[in-house]
Amino acid sequence: MNIYLQELKMKLRSIITWSISVAGLLFLFFSIFSTIVDEMEMLNAVMANYPPELLAAFGWDNMDLSTVLGFYAFTFSFIQIMISLQAANYGYSLVSIEERELTADFLLAKPVGRAKILTNKLLAALTGLLITDLVLWSTSFFAVRTYAGDRAYNSEILAKVLITAFFLQLFFLGGGLVISLLLKKVPSVIAISLGSVFGMYILAAFGSSFNEDKFDYLTPFKHFEATKIVNTGEFDQPKMVISILVIIISMIASYVLYQRRNIPTV
Amino acid sequence: MPIIEIQNLSKYYGKARGIIDVSLNVEEGEIFGFIGPNGAGKSTTIRLLLSLIYPTSGSARVFGKDVIKHGPEIRQEIGYLPSEVFYYDKMKVIDLLNYSASFYNKDCSQRIKELAKIMELDLKRRIDDLSYGNKKKVGIVQGLLHSPKLIILDEPTAGLDPLMQQRFFDMIQNENEKGATVFFSSHILSEVQRLCNRVAIIREGKIVTLEDIKTLQKNNYKKIAVVGDGLDQARFQINGVTNLHQVDGEIKFFFKGDINQVVQLVSAQPVSDILIEEPTLEEIFMHYYA
Repeated sequence: MNIYLQELKMKLRSIITWSISVAGLLFLFFSIFSTIVDEMEMLNAVMANYPPELLAAFGWDNMDLSTVLGFYAFTFSFIQIMISLQAANYGYSLVSIEERELTADFLLAKPVGRAKILTNKLLAALTGLLITDLVLWSTSFFAVRTYAGDRAYNSEILAKVLITAFFLQLFFLGGGLVISLLLKKVPSVIAISLGSVFGMYILAAFGSSFNEDKFDYLTPFKHFEATKIVNTGEFDQPKMVISILVIIISMIASYVLYQRRNIPTV
Repeated sequence: MPIIEIQNLSKYYGKARGIIDVSLNVEEGEIFGFIGPNGAGKSTTIRLLLSLIYPTSGSARVFGKDVIKHGPEIRQEIGYLPSEVFYYDKMKVIDLLNYSASFYNKDCSQRIKELAKIMELDLKRRIDDLSYGNKKKVGIVQGLLHSPKLIILDEPTAGLDPLMQQRFFDMIQNENEKGATVFFSSHILSEVQRLCNRVAIIREGKIVTLEDIKTLQKNNYKKIAVVGDGLDQARFQINGVTNLHQVDGEIKFFFKGDINQVVQLVSAQPVSDILIEEPTLEEIFMHYYA
């Protein structure tokens, strides 16, 4: 419990910053939506002039910006990147930050087992991500309701889109953690988390613009595509299962690797 | 029952040598010196005892329990001061010490105050504002605040001024008198000589010798330099003198034996200066153990 609280305390500033940024982005997009909503048909027409490969790359094909949820899906593609970055950051730095800043000797020389340390740290990171989610969920509903005016939308579908946020976070939390534990010495947190998130994003973009389905299985951005959920009203279940498997495996692997890890010295 | 039992412990980092086949026991109530040059394997041994790293082969027991299987339980009674101290920068000293104390099943608040007072440590300051020596003090208080039964010190005095070193040694001796066993790693021979009952010397990952500190001192060489005009090198060629050489008007050699012999020799010569000192560890290794 003491480790959990200490970890949470150390993350507090970061949690607040990410949450405010996510909420800010949402309100920014939806305030734009409310002012140009009547010309959205025109915007759709503009978008139609872009090469279809480009639109597909960003997941903006098959998207109707003039509807509330269509526009939400567009906004959500940016939010996905933000929350993924936050999660990858937390995952990658979870135990590696102690080794980089050389505090691992302090913590691990205390009378506490490694599994317990990892569990406490994971729970603190999850708490942080969930706080960001709560902010995301509440501001999403609030922004949509405020700016939609009398336009109709299906809140159940909106909820479905929002739930995927948590899975995406778990994917990058677990992935970042397992990468940090596979490395003997850990390089910069920013480099790895930016690299993995944008790597996955570009992979998704490539797959879409070249119509290559194989990439779809590799990148989580293809497992939780907001446009698809908005258009079909359903999760992409087979692909979601892949992400969930990756999450489970990376968590188990992390415990095994951390138990056996030789903590590097100065 | 020995407090620490290390049996044929080896650690390789890939192909690089950590320690090779180290065996030693530390008995209850003693101050055990563990001494060797940098990179000899002192920290590796300590980190194995704390399960920060895992052995390639062999085993270690503390309080009669295997360090890997019973790690958390054992560490309840270990106080560890690492050679390089690093703590969460943004915390205040008192917050870090309270965090440290929260891992032990006892109330340490009184002890924190006592130790901080002895070490003249300001509890309200932020850790990243502290000098190296003051960070080291945080490390000392952090390692002793739960009155551990086994104190493990890894080159503890680096960065402390002489006054604080003295206080620190007094504190360690005090803890020892109250019953704590001390495992003291250092590369400074005089430090160890002053405090320890027994000493193990480690070199290139292997234990070279393990003996009573008195025996070691008896067997110890003195490093002597004599300066003067017209000194005759041949006259210093007596029993117990090794590594004799002359540079201009200065004769240098190692001597082991009755120091009166040298004093007589020197007094019979036209000497302008004389220096008798303890050899450095490296010199002991080169001329004594080689």
